This record gives sequence, C-alpha cells and structure tokens, in this order.
Amino acid sequence: MKITVNGTQTEIAATTLAAALEELGYGEARVATAVNESFVPAAARPGQALAHGDRLEILAPKQGG
Amino acid sequence: MPVFYGTEIASPLMLGTAQYPSPAVLAEAFRRSGAGVATVSLRREAAGGGGAEFWALIRELGVRVMPNTAGCHSVREAVTTAHMAREVFGTDWIKLEVIGHADTLQPDPFGLVEAARILTEDGFRVFPYTTEDGILGGRLLEAGCEVLMPWGAPIGTGLGLNNLYGLRTLRAQFPEVPMVVDAGLGRPSHAAQAMELGFDAVLLNTAVARAGDPAAMAEGFARALEAGRLARAADPMEPRDMAAPSTPLLGLAVLE
Repeated sequence: MKITVNGTQTEIAATTLAAALEELGYGEARVATAVNESFVPAAARPGQALAHGDRLEILAPKQGG
Repeated sequence: MPVFYGTEIASPLMLGTAQYPSPAVLAEAFRRSGAGVATVSLRREAAGGGGAEFWALIRELGVRVMPNTAGCHSVREAVTTAHMAREVFGTDWIKLEVIGHADTLQPDPFGLVEAARILTEDGFRVFPYTTEDGILGGRLLEAGCEVLMPWGAPIGTGLGLNNLYGLRTLRAQFPEVPMVVDAGLGRPSHAAQAMELGFDAVLLNTAVARAGDPAAMAEGFARALEAGRLARAADPMEPRDMAAPSTPLLGLAVLE
C-alpha cells in the first residue's frame, strides 16, 4: 500500500507502524513517530495499524535554538 | 544560579545548538561558556540519518537538554511536537513556541496560552517563549507555567532588548517568577543588561553560532552574564540628569 512518509509517497508491505519502521530501515533509531498528525508512542507502534493513504512522520534529534 | 521547576542549572546561559560551522565548534562553545542548558529540536529523519550522531554529541556536552517546538504555528502542532520530544529526549522540559507570524516570528499569545495549559495538564514543565506583555504573562502563569521567557527582540535579529520599559515592568509585576530573556540578543552587553534588569537567565543561539569566533563569543556572553548578575546584586546607582562632581569640592584651592 502507499503511505506518505515524511512528505514522500512510499510503497510499503508492512501493516503496522513497528513493522513499517523496520521495513524502511529505521531499526532501533532514536525517533519519534506520528500517524495522521497524532503522536504514537514507541510502546504503541506494534499495535498501530497503517492503512492506505496514512501520513507518517518520523522525527529525530536535531539542532535547535 | 537560576532554579527552574525546582532544578538548579549550572549557569544563567541557555544556549542553542543550531547554525554552528561544525560540531566541534559547537562543543567548544559550550565548553568555554559553561552553558547549563542546550536547546534542541525534532526534525524529519531519513533512514540512517544524522540524528544519532547529533544526539551523541549533545550527550557528551553533559548539560541539561531542553527541546523546543520551533516552527509550530498551531496549538495542535506544538502539543504533538512536545509529546514526541518528551519521548525522544527523555525530559518533560519543553521550550514552547507557538509562532503567530512567519516574518516576525512573534508568539501567538492565544495559542501559546492554550498549548501551555494542555501541556501542563499533560505533565510538562513548560518554558513559554512569550512577549513582554504582562497580561499574557499572567495568563501563562494561570495556565500552569512557572517560568516566563519574554523575547528581547524577534528571533535571529540580534537587536537586543527592544522594549526596556516592558521588560522592566514584567520583571516588577511578577518578582518571584523565574524569567529568561529568550531571543533577539546580539552581543554580550545585551545579556549583561538583561541580568542587570533582574532576569535570571538568557537563551540565545544565533549571536554565538554566527559570530566569527563562536567559542570566544560564547565565553564573552558567559562573562557578561556574570558581570550583570554581580551588578544587579550590588544595587546599582540611580541615573540622574544633572552632573554631580565625584571629587570633593571641599579643600579646592583658590588659584585666581
């Protein structure tokens, strides 16, 4: 199915958020996630289903003021 | 040293981590300034991106980390970003920015109060980036904030303390509330001035990161903050309009 990952249309086979992160190559990376503009805690990723057209944001520590 | 939400920090300097010419210069700026807090952000990460390296660098600084909600223009964006930051950075401290205008980067006072209330109820320790408006400051305190962070001038301008009267009034209006002048400082003299006015700390980034020698400028800010703190504690003289001789007139020779 197609979802949007950080603003880019992406084809994935995974059906959960945890599986999608693994498939997309994030592995154990220190990231925070939101699906359709709602925060999904790390502990909830295995139970977070993904559907066609979902919008996934994957954020990591960056420089800031 | 300043105490925020019951935690004493090592220095009145809170320093941003963006725009440095290199990670090594960033680290040197923190080392020479003794800054007690590092501000950080969350941004999109590609698989295998640089987030891990940056996080390792920040951890090595040994300072307290405060994530921000920079770039958020709505309450929902800011609240969601804060929750994501709490998980990634492992802290309930959040520098809350709800921006009202893209050109001035002025805080949206209405959204700021609403986001502060939501985040306080969610257990965050909110550091609101606000203006020097005292009514707004009062609303933020009512919403649960125990710190106020009025701007000196718009973010990134380096103009210093744009509204001395407003800042002085805000300081006087809430004498027991820890306050940080956040944004708009350009030179160490601006930081000294903030401390002389009775502010507890300053938060800045661009003035150090974009200086020709960021590490030296960071140290300059640290020394200015110490000078301002000492001056405030030493009860400065009141300015006056007319000259007053400092050398005694008594005993002046008559030579004509």
